Amino acid sequence: MSATRMQFLSPRNARLLSRGRDALLAGGGGGGGGAGGPRVRSLTSPPLSSSSPGRALSSLSATRRGLPQEKMSENGMVSRAKVLTIDTMNPTVKKVEYAVRGPIVQRAVELERELSEGMKKPFAEVIKANIGDAHAMGQQPITFFRQVLALCSYPELLNDSTFPEDAKSRAHRILQSCGGNSMGSYSASQGIDSVRQDVARYIERRDGGVPCDPDDIYLTTGASDGIVTMLKLLVCGEGAARTGVMISIPQYPLYSAALAELGAVQINYYLNEETCWSLDISELQRALDEARQYCNPRALCIINPGNPTGQVQSRECIEDVIRFAAKERLFLMADEVYQDNVYAEGCQFHSFKKVLFEMGPEYSNTVELASFHSTSKCYMGECGFRGGYMEIINMDDEVKAQLTKLVSVRLCPPVPGQALMDLVVNPPQPGEPSYDSFIKERTATLSALAQKAKLTEQVLNTVQGISCNPVQGAMYSFPRITIPEKAIKEATDKGQQPDMFYCMKMLEETGICLVPGSGFGQKDGTYHFRMTILPPNDKLQILLNKVKEFHQRFAQQYS
Amino acid sequence: MNPNVKRVEYAVRGPIVQRAVQIEKELKEGVKKPFTEVIKANIGDAHAMGQKPITFLRQVLALCSYPELLEDNKFPEDAKKRAQRILDSCGGHSIGAYSASQGIECIRQDVARYIERRDSGIPSSPDNIYLSTGASDAIVTMLKLLVCGEGRSRTGVMISIPQYPLYSAALADLGAVQISYYLDEDKCWSLDVAELRRALNAARQHCNPRVLCIINPGNPTGQVQSRQCIEDVIRFAKEEHLFLMADEVYQDNVYAEGCKFHSFKKVLFEMGPEYSSTVEMASFHSTSKCYMGECGFRGGYMEVINMDPEVKAQLTKLVSVRLCPPVPGQALLDLVVNPPQPDEPSYTTFIKERTAVLAALAEKARLTEEIFNTVPGITCNPVQGAMYTFPRITLPQKAIDKAKEEGQVPDMYYCMRLLEEEGICLVPGSGFGQREGTFHFRMTILPPIEKLKVVLQKIREFHLRFTQEFS
Repeated sequence: MSATRMQFLSPRNARLLSRGRDALLAGGGGGGGGAGGPRVRSLTSPPLSSSSPGRALSSLSATRRGLPQEKMSENGMVSRAKVLTIDTMNPTVKKVEYAVRGPIVQRAVELERELSEGMKKPFAEVIKANIGDAHAMGQQPITFFRQVLALCSYPELLNDSTFPEDAKSRAHRILQSCGGNSMGSYSASQGIDSVRQDVARYIERRDGGVPCDPDDIYLTTGASDGIVTMLKLLVCGEGAARTGVMISIPQYPLYSAALAELGAVQINYYLNEETCWSLDISELQRALDEARQYCNPRALCIINPGNPTGQVQSRECIEDVIRFAAKERLFLMADEVYQDNVYAEGCQFHSFKKVLFEMGPEYSNTVELASFHSTSKCYMGECGFRGGYMEIINMDDEVKAQLTKLVSVRLCPPVPGQALMDLVVNPPQPGEPSYDSFIKERTATLSALAQKAKLTEQVLNTVQGISCNPVQGAMYSFPRITIPEKAIKEATDKGQQPDMFYCMKMLEETGICLVPGSGFGQKDGTYHFRMTILPPNDKLQILLNKVKEFHQRFAQQYS
Repeated sequence: MNPNVKRVEYAVRGPIVQRAVQIEKELKEGVKKPFTEVIKANIGDAHAMGQKPITFLRQVLALCSYPELLEDNKFPEDAKKRAQRILDSCGGHSIGAYSASQGIECIRQDVARYIERRDSGIPSSPDNIYLSTGASDAIVTMLKLLVCGEGRSRTGVMISIPQYPLYSAALADLGAVQISYYLDEDKCWSLDVAELRRALNAARQHCNPRVLCIINPGNPTGQVQSRQCIEDVIRFAKEEHLFLMADEVYQDNVYAEGCKFHSFKKVLFEMGPEYSSTVEMASFHSTSKCYMGECGFRGGYMEVINMDPEVKAQLTKLVSVRLCPPVPGQALLDLVVNPPQPDEPSYTTFIKERTAVLAALAEKARLTEEIFNTVPGITCNPVQGAMYTFPRITLPQKAIDKAKEEGQVPDMYYCMRLLEEEGICLVPGSGFGQREGTFHFRMTILPPIEKLKVVLQKIREFHLRFTQEFS
């Protein structure tokens, strides 16, 4: 026993993420003290940085000396520059990019406004296929969920006989675990106790009985919040010791945005488009070895099922990734928000946690893992509620205390989102009055998605110059498009990425809003777009036809 | 791990609250204690303290959650109308859709109109409104935009001491320099421009001060700033080239006679174009405080004024990464800024409920001050506004020594003992900052009046006992 304990404490097995002893002495500068808060940190830009810090710093030093910058305004009066300008703002924020809501979406919103003002366009409506926003695409909410939320919002309805008993008992249970029996109270910062217990039981059922401790569950404001919080904990060091984080390319741009903001180093590993966007360990190794030259790689992010690429990882692949993480001492972050969205035959969702525990204690006792889930995807599509959770595994106790403290600053995740999360992990059971309609609604949504996944792949693959991998899971198609040389040249002349040029043109001509592949990352010289498969079947059919016609026209125009 | 995160401290939910939760668990398991329940007076959590939600707000939220109820004739027409309008501005008519990252457009319009009414007609543009996940989210976002530079050119941010620890926590997280200016306890926690200047000049030696944060009405100190004081602050900000952040989440919580809430924006615009066209400012509001107390929904907004358009574009981009604030919170905010009108069916009830909450708070503010000031060794400024009292407590030297022996800050030791002996959870003054050698605690005035009386009585007895024990 003591031998195991010793080995556990040996440096080789020390946690990746641990609170340095020296820091214990340095901590805690708050309280009554005078001015100088702690400020050791210096933000070096990651080596990939492309902006111009020199400019930012030069204008900054003028203000620092208490010499406000002066500039001439048009009318010749001397006016002082603003305190906060593009040159004197946080440089890491400037590096943030988030294509899913980027310029193309802003233009789409503008076009909508123009249409509503009666402006003539070659289309009657803008179809926003840029984002996985199920309800906006017409998907109906699950009745049971909304009944319980209405009951929680206005508990007087508990006396209303039109609501089913199971909805009432769920609402009652949620309210009882809220302060003052109201969703308007703050919850514990980690999330409502009973909801975390339900999440833990859900995970145990999902993972064939692998145990889950509610203390390891943190409820979040959507999965994004959990992901950014975890990344924030992981990032440290300066220069070549700065934390590097491995993310897939193509990736969901939340990751690159968060890394830019945190000043961490992004390490790209490429998914293999030829083998259905599969993940290849030798590519992970290549990316890691290269990155070791200039940073300290400490985390590996995986999105499964994949966003934007829609692949579903095989069990074997997950095992390989876990072995790799163990060998290379990487903290694993598993983004599993699409865990119910698996459509392709022969594909199945395997949670990283389950696989980890089935690989035996050698792995399950050592590999540090955080897994993320959300109420926004799957069959619920309740994006607006910003519900989610993360489960952390093998996290150092001291770091966990730091995590708990960190989330407490934001007080708590939105309680309606927590309530919704509870319903997702604890839905109606056989024998309860809402069970049948719940199953019917869920099945209808998931089978419609499966059909749309197939349809999308089929139609896009009939277009010359578009090739599309099967959408095995998630909610998007990420087809490869051939862009003629002339179009590439015109785009370059305009200072646009070729696929941005393509998508912008499609938006202006057809009203369809897609996200260019460059927003997610892609192999040099290849072009893609991401399109959600969420529109209702008949609308999706029209949309795909319009994409087809546009592509043919575009190819013709630039041939 | 990230060294900045280690430096973050947030006393409002710190060790004392963790211990309170533990004790609650112990009570439930049947462990004997000298009390039967834990009273959490550490946080401004109105509903947890028994305050009832405003009926109209919750009716509309229920309708938005489950639109089938729009057919139900039990709901008043104005609630249905509001719900329909909110749903119509959601994608697919569902609050389950993402909204625009800046917030639902029609709600931002309603917020702008609300601000115009509040500020007697001073224009507000919906484009300057950003809805947020509670006020905290927006405050952190603004600070994030502002922080840059290294070493001596690192951004410094001026915050009051005592302060609401979100500020110190965010600054630690961002690696910015905290510049402390002290409120004057002897003058009812008022803010003195000479003290601002002292703090600023001292800070210029080691950082680049660029931001001045004000909380009005004050948290934890409960003071309400006079119009004159706000003018002085604005003049100071202009002179010293500082970005103003005005935390105004307690804007409806003003109780003391002769006190009135003046928004920074209104005062700024009344000072004329020399100020109103130059001073950069962000003002914050929330659904969590005032008469609503809807903390769990995490609704809020900020209004930015005179922000550089390029920076604003960066702000819009930055908030887009988190997709959108929670839509139920946005809906709730819409009702707060656009409540029932005199000719609508819910008006009378709404006004009755709102008035009852605010009148009870005023009464509790008065009662708290009164009772504390009868206790030898406790002195308490009037609670002019907000939801807390921050009385000064005299701790005997022996107690201070004892605390040090146990490795605790003296007021933490005091509050921990109070928790263990009486089941009352307060936050020690050290969590907010205080002048060296002085000790305080923060207590919310939110418990229902009968319970509040019991709490105050228990604290009184404890304080006397504590003083005796260490005398």
